[in-house]
Amino acid sequence: MRRASSGGKILRAVLLVLFGLFFLFPLYAMADFSTRNLIQGGRTLQAWKNLVQDDALYQAIVISLLLAVFTVVVMLLVLVPTMIWVRLRAPWAKGMVEFLCLLPLTIPALVIVVGLRNVYLWVTYFLGESALTLTFVYVVVVLPFAYRAIDGALSSIDLRTLSEAARSLGAGWATTILRVVVPNIWSGILSAAFISIAVVLGEYTIASLSGYQTLQVEIVAIGKSDGPTSVAASLATLLFGFMLLLVLSLLTRGGRRGANDASPIPQAAAALTPAPAAQSGANA
Amino acid sequence: MPTARSGLSRMSPAGRLLGRRLREGLPLAPFLGFVVIFLIIPTVTVIVSSVYSDGDFSLERIQALFSGTALAALWKSVLLSGSTAILGAVLGAILAWLIVSSPRTSIFRRAVISMCSVLAQFGGVALAFAFLATIGLNGVLTLWVQDRFGFNLAGAGWLYSLTGLILVYTYFQIPLMVIVFVPALEGLREQWREAAVGLGASTWQYWRQVAFPLLTPAFLGSTLLLFANAFAAYATAAALVSQGSPILPLLIRSALTSEVVLGQSGFAYALALEMIVVVAAVMIAYGALVRRTARWLQ
Repeated sequence: MRRASSGGKILRAVLLVLFGLFFLFPLYAMADFSTRNLIQGGRTLQAWKNLVQDDALYQAIVISLLLAVFTVVVMLLVLVPTMIWVRLRAPWAKGMVEFLCLLPLTIPALVIVVGLRNVYLWVTYFLGESALTLTFVYVVVVLPFAYRAIDGALSSIDLRTLSEAARSLGAGWATTILRVVVPNIWSGILSAAFISIAVVLGEYTIASLSGYQTLQVEIVAIGKSDGPTSVAASLATLLFGFMLLLVLSLLTRGGRRGANDASPIPQAAAALTPAPAAQSGANA
Repeated sequence: MPTARSGLSRMSPAGRLLGRRLREGLPLAPFLGFVVIFLIIPTVTVIVSSVYSDGDFSLERIQALFSGTALAALWKSVLLSGSTAILGAVLGAILAWLIVSSPRTSIFRRAVISMCSVLAQFGGVALAFAFLATIGLNGVLTLWVQDRFGFNLAGAGWLYSLTGLILVYTYFQIPLMVIVFVPALEGLREQWREAAVGLGASTWQYWRQVAFPLLTPAFLGSTLLLFANAFAAYATAAALVSQGSPILPLLIRSALTSEVVLGQSGFAYALALEMIVVVAAVMIAYGALVRRTARWLQ
């Protein structure tokens, strides 16, 4: 494999170019399509300006960003203490927690939304009718990705020694978690947060079938009358997700080469390839 | 409190274990509450509601799954998932092989893997619009081909039919295959190739007799994962096909949004159950294959 013949090299190059064309051309087409002036010909940036100027679209973007932030906060508040506790005090529950965290990969979002009606009757009864109530179900949707990222980071530190040292010096549980453990699993938390943001910004299934106007729902709605604006917003989401994951991959891998660290992308991937103990799937 | 303590010590070992478990398990309550309310209850609702209507056990909704419309949607879904799983697996494995030969930390590899992650997992609606902008009625490629060759690439709107869905799904299946197959390719150790070559094997013999057999379970497993992925995917198809419901996820949409009109109350539950059953069966087979792979991947 290392010493490829010149024939092999040419074959490789040709294949790479073909794959590159297949994957990059639609993205180029989006950039072209969204800057085309359909009425007068030539180029215009109107579709891109609409991202801020179009009220409905702008509102939807704000809602999706808020949802992303809330989802990350709630997910971290629920998941991080649970995972630390399981490792320190309740190792018997580890298998169950892992299984439950990976379960959303096997149960498609479409199935969840079909069965969600009764649950949401209660949620809206207590909290009112707001797109932000989607936070709860989104926390469940991002669980598999977040779990793998945080689990990887927790595995790479000596959690027991760290927490015992902190506790013996007089720290309470809150101090131990916030000031001792969290700084040590920072890369895993960052991965979990970034991947969750990407998932929430791209989510369409649950939002559209629950009737809330998030970014993706609005993109589809606008697409019926104004193609270029929808295409511009779509390309913006894809590029934003790409930047997010690329920055993450450079941030968390930069300094520590070769170490068994919590690298984000393989973990996003790892969420799709289950550990032998639990079985899971994916839902794009 | 001595009495309480002696009471505790008189409890059976099983009882004491239970008490300890309860104390240890209590901090898990918020997490469990979340999962139960927003994942378990919806799933159980789907399963129960597909055989109970208005409190009575009835197989009526299950029977509706065998109607012409439902069977046609199921068949098309299987066709779509099967063809894109095979296409995605073969092409994705080739792309993964191209990527693995570049160094692990190169910017090229990081960029490609990040790209694959975005397209495979977070694309959804955006991918539908990517193809509308490329080969839709006013797509960039359509107009270009029209200009150069006077040939209408968009035809009679084939992008909105099953053929179109196959093309768009392949666009996110290949990246997913790359993500799940790269670790398997990396698991192939250099020493195995050296051993084979040292014993006089040619490159072709190494691939045919060592690498391919080792990679087969991972490849088949990934193909199953791709099948389940396409079978459950909703966003891309929903954004592309706004009228009609050729595939199962879109039939669920129309059952959900127009059940009052059609008088098919609860049909969505049965369809969702059908989806759970298919995906679960595929994922169990996948799990078995992954366990086989895990034996040598470690």
